[in-house]
Amino acid sequence: MRPALKGVALLYLTFLLVIPVTLIFYRTFENGIQPVIDGLTDPATIHAFQITAVVAFWAVIANTIFGVTTAILLVRHDFRGKRVLNALIDLPLAVSPVIVGLALILVYGSTTGIGQTLSGIGVKVIFSIPGMVMATIFVCIPLVVRAVAPVLEEIGDDQEQAAATLGAGPVQTFLRITLPSIRGALAYGVVLALARSLGEYGAVAVVSGRLVGRTQTVTLLVQERYLNFDQETAYACALLLVVTAVLALIVSRLLAPKEITR
Amino acid sequence: MTSTNPAGAGVSLLPRATPAPPATPKRRPLHGSGQAIGLGFVVLYLSLIVLIPLAAVVAKGQENGFSGFWKAVTTPEAASTLKLTIGASLVVALINAVMGTLIAWVLVRERVPGRALLDALIDLPFALPTIVAGLALLTVYGTQSPVGLDIAYTRLAVVVALLFVTLPFVVRTVQPVLLELDTEMEQAAASLGAGPATIFFRIVLPNIVPAIAAGTALSFARAMSEFGSTVLISGNLPFKTQVASVHIFNQLEGDNLAGAAAVSTVLLVVSLVVLVALDLLQRWAARRG
Amino acid sequence: MIMGFWRGKRRVASVTLAAAVLMGLSGCASTEPDTEAAASSSEGKTVELSLVAYSTPQAAFEEIIAAFQQTDAGKNVKFTQSYGGSGDQSRAVEAGLPADFVMFSLETDMTRLVDAGMVDAGWNSDEQKGMITDSTVALVTRKGNPEGIKDWSDLTKKGVEVITPNPFASGGARWNLMAGYGAQVTNGASEAEGEQYLADLLANVPVQDESARASLQTFTGGKGDVLIGYENEAIFAQQNGQDIDYVVPDSTILIENPAAITSTTKHPKEAQAFLDFVHGEEAQKIFAENGYRPVVEGADTAGQDFPEPTGLFTIDDLGGWDEVATKFFDADKGIVTDIERNLGVSVEK
Repeated sequence: MRPALKGVALLYLTFLLVIPVTLIFYRTFENGIQPVIDGLTDPATIHAFQITAVVAFWAVIANTIFGVTTAILLVRHDFRGKRVLNALIDLPLAVSPVIVGLALILVYGSTTGIGQTLSGIGVKVIFSIPGMVMATIFVCIPLVVRAVAPVLEEIGDDQEQAAATLGAGPVQTFLRITLPSIRGALAYGVVLALARSLGEYGAVAVVSGRLVGRTQTVTLLVQERYLNFDQETAYACALLLVVTAVLALIVSRLLAPKEITR
Repeated sequence: MTSTNPAGAGVSLLPRATPAPPATPKRRPLHGSGQAIGLGFVVLYLSLIVLIPLAAVVAKGQENGFSGFWKAVTTPEAASTLKLTIGASLVVALINAVMGTLIAWVLVRERVPGRALLDALIDLPFALPTIVAGLALLTVYGTQSPVGLDIAYTRLAVVVALLFVTLPFVVRTVQPVLLELDTEMEQAAASLGAGPATIFFRIVLPNIVPAIAAGTALSFARAMSEFGSTVLISGNLPFKTQVASVHIFNQLEGDNLAGAAAVSTVLLVVSLVVLVALDLLQRWAARRG
Repeated sequence: MIMGFWRGKRRVASVTLAAAVLMGLSGCASTEPDTEAAASSSEGKTVELSLVAYSTPQAAFEEIIAAFQQTDAGKNVKFTQSYGGSGDQSRAVEAGLPADFVMFSLETDMTRLVDAGMVDAGWNSDEQKGMITDSTVALVTRKGNPEGIKDWSDLTKKGVEVITPNPFASGGARWNLMAGYGAQVTNGASEAEGEQYLADLLANVPVQDESARASLQTFTGGKGDVLIGYENEAIFAQQNGQDIDYVVPDSTILIENPAAITSTTKHPKEAQAFLDFVHGEEAQKIFAENGYRPVVEGADTAGQDFPEPTGLFTIDDLGGWDEVATKFFDADKGIVTDIERNLGVSVEK
């Protein structure tokens, strides 16, 4: 019985995950390595990687701060509306990427009150990097919270209470005790958020304005290259994104203590 | 024995299988400027990025009054895509509940060659741009399938695409719980003669139901909103394989913002209902345990 | 505890290092205009124009911009470029995407901007009525045309799989369907017969992609017997090594793609100069090299074979886009909407 179940699981994973991913590798190098190198060293590609890096960086930083704060609030505190907050955290997952862009434009576009106020002080949100960061943050909101909260729950606050009775202030307690105790889960959550930020297409596409060399992320480039029959560049970029994400995941697993992996 | 779960949906319940009364983490009532600042920050952040923009969408959907909203949501196309999307997402969520648990079990308890790599690969659907996922699935399961399985442009293709993007959810919520599970009780049951099925259903399962519920909720929500990978492989036939997010896209293309917003609102409400339902399921399971 | 603290510190250090690296990269990717200018002149300020267009003319515009920058009028001009679905781009400009020069696939996408006050109502009062490229709707087949597709009537035969995009998402699909309809109606069929043709045609469509380019990909990926598409797309595909052939049927529609400068441009002089250049011989020849039919009389077609269909008609012959969009593609009552519903209902059963 057990070997059969094991076989079913492995078969499922093979057909759903392994074969498609292997195919990406294959399609990338189908015509040799030169087109891959050409594609990856094209200026538009390099710009796209830089822009993706910037957007992902800010989105991950913002979501990490948000995620840790929210996790602590949900696990260690009681307040009115906690259940509402908890349900809202997962909601961004259910929003179609098409709508994310629309929603942000409806509020921050240059034709709205807020948009005009912001551009009055020189801040461009939509069709610029800040809007793309917001769209990316939107889709990543649950990730850090849901990685950290279970671990906070599991560890319990005995040590934090002990530190308090010994006279440590909240900030000290947080930095010296809470943070180190969740570092594995935090690393994992950060890496998931990073992976998601790298791979987001739909939400960013709408708010980016698709300015070549300015607001074109790697996923937008992949789409555009693919549609222009430049499959090699498209697959090469996609592969690079995937490899980055997988490496980051493996690194986070090496750093993670036992609560994530055995 | 399980600890109370104040964090609600999405948080895996880490059970204490020992007979000693569990140490309940104390909950501090919210007071003091530190907590207030924290809460203020969190609420502001969520409002600026999620709540206000989504409210704007809902408001847009009401632009033509409730009758306009209702009309946009009950056109034959909209109704058809909503049925397909909600139906497919439910199917996918249920499949994930079963397969995700199974995969988590295999990864935690069984020896598998290349397990570490396989484990890392599970998160891949997060990182893959949806167009690449769609392309990969189309190549494997489309007209030029190397494994001889051509299911492209069918409803089955929609389900397969959704299964791909939701793969990590249940696996990742169940895994930590399984890791923490003390096997003492299982061993005790086995020594008393219980078969593996009994052990699983009577001892293991009750402890992981909340985690399964959490992961299933997440995968349902995610499936409802998926766009990129389904578009490619489903063929996007109206009334047959067109999912709601694509319908929304078409409405936008046709300058029918209010209609697009109306259908999106329905998707949001349905997801919220499912999220809350599964949250309640978790609480119930926690109290029972 | 002490060990944990130090490990934490090392992690903080490495994260900070990574952050510094990323910040460095971000410095290179600022959204300010590049200071390494393509403009060579030392006098004359560098002007930046924003070009927003639909997706297919990207390759052509890249060349045209380079050619423009070699001229006197263009030597101090830099460009930002944006390409995407015609409707998407039009809506983006309406929502505030800065644009000096716009080009779309459908006239209704330009009209949207006219209504929003962003394009002058007189944009199409010139000789070419505001259009800068032409094309036709062609029938794209596998190399060698094994199915022997020659004309519109072949598309409604039993068992033929026709690929055309979703007409509610893609402007290209609308051109396609109106070409098929118009081919019936301009050859003596009644409107009812024309509508029946559309119904028969759509019944043979197994896949409805979201854009014309995506449907081209679906076809080259192996699905379908024939693709309805722009002639210039077919030429583009062939130039990129795809194994396809195409047929321009005797009766087909003339696709006309509009372009204009915006009324919100901050550089009207330079933008107009670019628009004039685009109407000029050199640019029209570049368009021809990329598979578009020039709009200017007597322009060099760069050796392309553009067959002249005997029954060429325009959208105006069918009532113009405004009327057609309402009559055929209205989301509630359009003729095509009805057809899709009837097909869907029968399929759902």
